[in-house]
Amino acid sequence: MTSDGMSLRERLEGIRTSGLAAFTAAVDEEALESARVRYLGRSGELSAAMASLGGVPAEDRPAAGRLANEVKRELEAALEDRLSKVAVAEVASGASLDLSLPGRRTWVGGTHPVTQVIDEICEIFGELGFSRAAGPEIETDWYNFTALNIPLDHPAADMHDTFYLDDGVLLRTHTSPVQARIMMDGEPPIRILAPGLCYRRDAWDASHAPAFEQVEGLAVDEGIDFVEFRAAIAFFVRRFFGSGVKTRFRASYFPFTEPSAEVDVSCILCNASGCSACKGTGWVEIMGSGMVHPAVFEAVGLDAERYTGYAFGMGPARIAMLRYRIPDIRLLYEADAAFLEQFV
Amino acid sequence: MEISVAWLRAVAPTIADDGEELGHRLSLQAVPVDKIELIGGELQDVVVGRVLRAEKHPNADRLTLCQVDAGGEPFEVVCGAPNVIEGASYPFIGPGGALPGGFVIERRKIRGVVSNGMLCSEQELGIGRDSAGILHLEDGPAPGTPIAEVLGLPDTRLTLDLTPNRVDLACHLGVARELAPAGVADISLPSLGASWDPEWVAGEDSAGTSGVTVRIDDPDRCFRYLAAVVRGVQVGPSPEWLQSRLRAVGARPINNVVDATNYVLLEANQPLHAFDLERLDGPEIRVRAAASGESLTTLDGESHELDSESTVIADASHPVALAGVMGGAESEVTAETSDVLVECAWFDAGHTRRTAERAGISTDASYRFERGIDEGGMAEALRRCVELILAAAGGEAERAAIRVGRPEAPAVEVGLRVARVRRVLGLRLSAEQIIGLLEPLGFGFEEEPAEGPETELLVRVPSWRGDVTREADLLEEVARRYGYDRFPDETRSFRPTTVPDDPVWFRRDRISRLLTACGFLEARGLPMVDAARAREDRVPLLHPLSATEAVLRTDLVPQLIDRLQHNFSRGRRAVRLFEIGTVFSKASAETEASDVRDAYREEVRVGLVMTGARQPDHWSSAGEDTDMWDLLGVTEQVAGLLPGVEIRPGHPVDAVPGFGFGGWLSDDRTAMFDGSEIIGAAGRVRGDAVDGPPWAGVVFAAEFRLSAVGVDTEPRYQELPTYPSTSRDLALSVPSDTPAAMVEAVIRSAGPAELVSVRPFDVYEGEASGEESRSIAWRLVFRAADRTLTDAEVETGVESIVTKLREELDVRVRKS
Ligand SMILES: [Zn+2]
Repeated sequence: MTSDGMSLRERLEGIRTSGLAAFTAAVDEEALESARVRYLGRSGELSAAMASLGGVPAEDRPAAGRLANEVKRELEAALEDRLSKVAVAEVASGASLDLSLPGRRTWVGGTHPVTQVIDEICEIFGELGFSRAAGPEIETDWYNFTALNIPLDHPAADMHDTFYLDDGVLLRTHTSPVQARIMMDGEPPIRILAPGLCYRRDAWDASHAPAFEQVEGLAVDEGIDFVEFRAAIAFFVRRFFGSGVKTRFRASYFPFTEPSAEVDVSCILCNASGCSACKGTGWVEIMGSGMVHPAVFEAVGLDAERYTGYAFGMGPARIAMLRYRIPDIRLLYEADAAFLEQFV
Repeated sequence: MEISVAWLRAVAPTIADDGEELGHRLSLQAVPVDKIELIGGELQDVVVGRVLRAEKHPNADRLTLCQVDAGGEPFEVVCGAPNVIEGASYPFIGPGGALPGGFVIERRKIRGVVSNGMLCSEQELGIGRDSAGILHLEDGPAPGTPIAEVLGLPDTRLTLDLTPNRVDLACHLGVARELAPAGVADISLPSLGASWDPEWVAGEDSAGTSGVTVRIDDPDRCFRYLAAVVRGVQVGPSPEWLQSRLRAVGARPINNVVDATNYVLLEANQPLHAFDLERLDGPEIRVRAAASGESLTTLDGESHELDSESTVIADASHPVALAGVMGGAESEVTAETSDVLVECAWFDAGHTRRTAERAGISTDASYRFERGIDEGGMAEALRRCVELILAAAGGEAERAAIRVGRPEAPAVEVGLRVARVRRVLGLRLSAEQIIGLLEPLGFGFEEEPAEGPETELLVRVPSWRGDVTREADLLEEVARRYGYDRFPDETRSFRPTTVPDDPVWFRRDRISRLLTACGFLEARGLPMVDAARAREDRVPLLHPLSATEAVLRTDLVPQLIDRLQHNFSRGRRAVRLFEIGTVFSKASAETEASDVRDAYREEVRVGLVMTGARQPDHWSSAGEDTDMWDLLGVTEQVAGLLPGVEIRPGHPVDAVPGFGFGGWLSDDRTAMFDGSEIIGAAGRVRGDAVDGPPWAGVVFAAEFRLSAVGVDTEPRYQELPTYPSTSRDLALSVPSDTPAAMVEAVIRSAGPAELVSVRPFDVYEGEASGEESRSIAWRLVFRAADRTLTDAEVETGVESIVTKLREELDVRVRKS
């Protein structure tokens, strides 16, 4: 064995050791590429060593050639392996990706805007000690009208264009029958909310639907007066619409409350300066309300002398339309995903 | 109801506020005011023009060439109105003048003739609705007089949205009582220019009433009937002031007799009717039920077949008016009429309602009778009407006036306790303050009421306030007259409710939270659907709005599929919707009906649909569509909220009572069981149940009872594992007809207590797995709470599992 042969073998072994170390040490594609050029490149160390193969004595040449090929394969494999790892690392670290491309998302669901309004109403009145009640949507005319001091043959019943199912059976025209049911079932103090659907024979248009949501409220106890009623409603308006919004109580008529009041809030769309939503008045009506009529207490068997209370009803669909600037009530019931996603 | 502010001031001269202020006050303390309009506010360029000469336009048949005197040099004017008459007066606007709204009148050529101005209709002046012809001015006002002066303008028109209780505000007198500073004390009705002092006689006494008899046959239908006779009237147009009054509130002037009745209606709320006396057979007035077979043609030209439900005014032979609703055409006052009988009656509300309903008409008169008139004001109303007829149409009124029926009732008295004002309203008002609030409205009090909180005031209710019958009504009067916005802003302590939350809300919250987290959007549907979208036991509406909303929904999913189709029509392919809503059906026949509602069933359900891409599109991959496993996953997670509910894959659900699964569910389905009862199902929707475009994906849906959701499901902390777990993978060759769930059940039953998880991680069905079987690979996880398991322990467990699988299911470990 010649010294040249020995030196070539040693040289190849050296290339193997230092080349593997260089590839392992490379932390990114750039470092890996410069290591590749140095050891495996066309004018790299391995090529140079193989070029000197001609100077090796003929009897040593096959062994040296095998070794050179072995080192080459080993280095190439190490390079390949390292390259894939560096690529993954780079994906993870984000370097050199076009992050202006959109990311991968998941479907995000959400509740309906009217539900959101209902939930918020319940939450705010919850702070005033109200719980949530429920009642049937198919009602008898006794609960829907008679118990609420609405004689069946009275013009007041005109305000309720009713869907009847049969003689004396109807789809409730308001959530107020829940009042009667709760008062017949329990003893004061009663403070309940009853959100739900009501039905009236209104043809569809931009602001009417043959059924609509209502949130009924009822508070009955000893010593509840009109002052407390006003304070509760004003508290709700401030919490729901914001402290800058003003409340106004107007005289009105509901057979089951007396005194009755319609509650307006200053228009949030035009800051009370007058717009189409408030018909130029600067005020928007949000609920009908009043002190529970003694005839209702008498109908459900509560002592009208001992107990007083207040009741109110509001339309969360109308409030949602006002709050979210929804121009047409039909949008609420089409379940268009592009619409619903706006409220997620 | 429209109210003229000028008219209000004529009734109560102390009313000084402007229309805006009055409307505002009325809407806060009494009834909503929908509109406040200034009328005739821009008429400075319009004057009285007298047509000196009118001749046909040389080049146009329909046009008239007029010479108009407007107080100076006459104007040559081309007029297109059909009603222009030589010698008459009309509103006139000269060249350069502007109409309300700013339209400037120019001198211009019309068919070759120059027109120097324009004669105007009431619509063009913005004071009325009549646009058929130019406004004919009565009484020949001086040419050149500003038109506003002649018509009593400008005025403000208030449009009230009357509540059913306040019919007393359907007239100017009523509104004036509400708005005048001193209320009733400020009322001073204007003189009408004639006077009549009647002598009341009973109706049967025809001798006392120049031959006219009046009889109420049915005292339940008519409580009182007053009548007066005016002879020798000259029927013609009303004087300008009267026409202006009517026009200002949107009423159409007709003739001086009819206008007089309408004027009193709008002044004092009393419906009146004038008959042509010569057309009344007898002459006789009978108030009675109509007989079937009778018919009547009303003033509007409509013919009505009558029966005993309708109340009529009849003469000796046949009906001449629908009582309280509308007069008959035959006895109508016309230009030929000379003698009139004026009716001032009080009809029962319910019977008037039925008469109007049967005839299919609602009139100013029926509106008031249905809500109650001022019975105490009837005689005065008749007196003013007769006086106005005398002033406007001339003639001579019979001194004798007829009165039959109930005598005037004494005032209703209602007690009002001062202490109750404080208890219900929270106001510490003295008796004196309360009287100060109510007296202006016409409520009467004793001379010297006692003071102090124990005082009960005896309040005399005025006859026009039929809505006030009990103390609560008076409390409302006190509150609104005090002013809702003047109440103190005080807070009160309160006791929390004894009524707990209804479980339906808790359930709804839980389901909604889970499904929104799974990417579902909440839909809200209205329950009226097409009969084709509902089951046989559906509930129809008696009077639906349309065929597509004729019945109540029996299930949620069919409607949600409709909503999907709506999304498809908007080009949207990936949709996940859920709804929590009520469904309705008829109760089965065997149900014992103790309540009429028992014939119906309603329950709250949860429905969901999903279709299209599993995740929002992303450029990095083609993406996959939602499939059965996505639905099943959601269903499993939902089932986690339903205590005791288990899922039975493939169980037939086509004929489950109370559910319409058969209408949409395919064979790829799973039933949800609560014990032996099916409470819901989930699965792939059949292609024929969805009307989707070709690009739509497969639709999956589920529906179940909300009542199945657990209420008492507060999470309980489970101790976290402290020792490591060991897992073993088991590739099993499973016969094709053996469900995976059965394999899992055997694994669980055969495994040791330390077997904590069994999950399939690969399923391979293909030729390599053999014709009759498939390969399912399971990952079994073992863990003990108190120690690290040894390999030997785990191996023993696996061995007993393998043995049992082989023995019970002929399932074997695949040899790799
Ligand atoms: Zn506004």
